[in-house]
Amino acid sequence: MATGVRVLLFGPLRDVAGWRERTIDPAPATLSALRRLLADLDQALGAALDGPGVKAAVDKAIAPGDPALRPGCEVAFLPPMSGG
Amino acid sequence: MIRLSDPPIDPGALLTGFLEGRRETGAVVSFTGLVRGDGGVEALELEAYPGFTEPAIEQIIRDAVERFGLDDCLAVHRVGRIAPGEPVVFVAAAARHRRAAFEGADYLMDYLKSRAPFWKKSHEAAGARWVEPTPGDQADLARWETMETR
Repeated sequence: MATGVRVLLFGPLRDVAGWRERTIDPAPATLSALRRLLADLDQALGAALDGPGVKAAVDKAIAPGDPALRPGCEVAFLPPMSGG
Repeated sequence: MIRLSDPPIDPGALLTGFLEGRRETGAVVSFTGLVRGDGGVEALELEAYPGFTEPAIEQIIRDAVERFGLDDCLAVHRVGRIAPGEPVVFVAAAARHRRAAFEGADYLMDYLKSRAPFWKKSHEAAGARWVEPTPGDQADLARWETMETR
């Protein structure tokens, strides 16, 4: 049984962080707690996640506000999209 | 339907497959987009979010089918690293009559170019840069948003 959250970064966020996917274990209680934790680990990433147009998706659905996170969920940070 | 493809795509084969087994369709319009090598572009790198990107494009397809009364549509989009001259996207729209098929394919491409969840990096002689929709792409989209539905 997973106890962490899987974090995915897309587009320029991947270049800022130097990684594309990692697991944060144990799972933070909320999206904002996850953001704070990531910013503590990497200040530049924290700033990039707060950048204009960056959206968060929880389990592949855009998550407005500050949703609760559960163990085993997937959080993706999506910078402005380029289109096809 | 939408499919993301890591390997190169064959637009001729896709069109042939799309044409098969039709009795009611009178018109099929297809479009193939190629990577342009101008401006020192050495490759495009397309990143999708599997499981998120496809449903977003399926919604664009459903909107097109409903708006233009299409029979169905196919969209196949490359992901990964794509060299100049290679197809990056193929779309086809089928309808009873040609006008709807032309407009459906046009609409699909305009929405794919600006609304589909892809992140695109342009690898150029001078370095790599992330691409955002151009003002031209936004203007193309605005055509449909101001146009009356027929």
